[in-house]
Amino acid sequence: MNNLFKNMLIGGAALTAFAFISSLIVAVTNESTKQQIATNEREALLRSLNVLIPHDLYDNDLYNDTAALYSPKLLGSKNPVTVYRARKNQVPVAAIINSIAPDGYNGEIRLLIAILANGTLAGVRVVGHKETPGLGDAIEARRSDWIKTFNERSLSNPLPEKWRVKKDGGEFDQFTGATITPRAIVKAVFNTLKYYAVHREELFNTTPPPLISRETPYADPRS
Amino acid sequence: MQIQEVSKIAKDGLWTNNQALVALLGLCPLLAVSNTVINALGLGIATTLVLIASNVTVSLIRNWVRNELRIPIFVLIIASFVTTVGLLMNAYLHELYNVLGIFIPLIVTNCAIIARAESFASKNTPAKSLLDGLFMGLGFTAVLVLLGMMREILGQGTLFSQAHLMFGPSFQGLQLTIIEDYRGFIFAILPPGAFLGLGLMIALKKYIDMRIESRKNLQSQQPVTQPLV
Repeated sequence: MNNLFKNMLIGGAALTAFAFISSLIVAVTNESTKQQIATNEREALLRSLNVLIPHDLYDNDLYNDTAALYSPKLLGSKNPVTVYRARKNQVPVAAIINSIAPDGYNGEIRLLIAILANGTLAGVRVVGHKETPGLGDAIEARRSDWIKTFNERSLSNPLPEKWRVKKDGGEFDQFTGATITPRAIVKAVFNTLKYYAVHREELFNTTPPPLISRETPYADPRS
Repeated sequence: MQIQEVSKIAKDGLWTNNQALVALLGLCPLLAVSNTVINALGLGIATTLVLIASNVTVSLIRNWVRNELRIPIFVLIIASFVTTVGLLMNAYLHELYNVLGIFIPLIVTNCAIIARAESFASKNTPAKSLLDGLFMGLGFTAVLVLLGMMREILGQGTLFSQAHLMFGPSFQGLQLTIIEDYRGFIFAILPPGAFLGLGLMIALKKYIDMRIESRKNLQSQQPVTQPLV
């Protein structure tokens, strides 16, 4: 009996020792790569943001000048959605909203929708999706130019009734064999434009919240 | 270590006991990530690094680990190395890390790693275990890359697309377009196509083995001697 107990003790001690060493290795690696990883994520996000709103249009700290917007119906998420606010000489220039299209073919599609101060779209990019490769993934900027058809659109271009895919009587192309995906995105962009039209003032005036969850871009959207 | 021992370990890892084609282990990452050559190469190298690290470590501690504890400890070691490799990739190969996504932490579920730890590294010297890890990993990577080539050409019509994710911006133009204006054979991009591709590769390997075997038999055919009555 004593022997068994001794064995158990030694076994437990050995496992603990190994667990301690493994955790140490992981912790050390984590600490030493933390900075680099944060930098990487920041750069990747900034690159996505700058594709939509180039450097020369703003002079504030775009990455950190954020606010949290809450509108499940229009922004597509029951969680608050981040907006990156671009300003030049304190004057609002553009807002990039990290909206969600909840009704993609295979789940939600995460977007960066850039709206200029006058309500015109600067552009839209997809930053995360699970749509079918070869069909729905034509929404990615590196796969096709479809997403660029949103450039320079607004709530009056086209008129509200035309803010749908062609199949539904609107002005936006769908893809052969994949209607649900582009339909979801057109709807999400339209809804975000509507949100912006109503909430523009407060959107630029709220102070940044203390901590905000960051979007890690899905892929580098090369324009 | 003799050169024969090294070449036996090499042959085992690359051909006779190839983890993907013979042992049929690690198929989940194999099928999911082999849709392009660069993805396949990225995951293959990450897996090889983990294999080498875990094999060497398991071999170093093989005399101090009690029998009943060996599986939990192997898993601990493998998980730590996978986490470490994942963190390093996130830090230094960030874009590739994002593309491979969940499959980097999933390396831990690759049964080939714990199989080698259990069946080889726990019974052999660190030097041999290192070689075993290296060649098993290379064999796995080779299958990954070949499958990746097949699937990328059939599925997208290109080769080496997104090479900059792994090798840096200067490699951006490495992509070869094998088939111009290719609409894409989507079946090759999705998992069922990967399954079929792997099946074809296994069949091909068996065919090659059969041919080698029959040639050997032909060469060594001796006249049958009559038993003395």
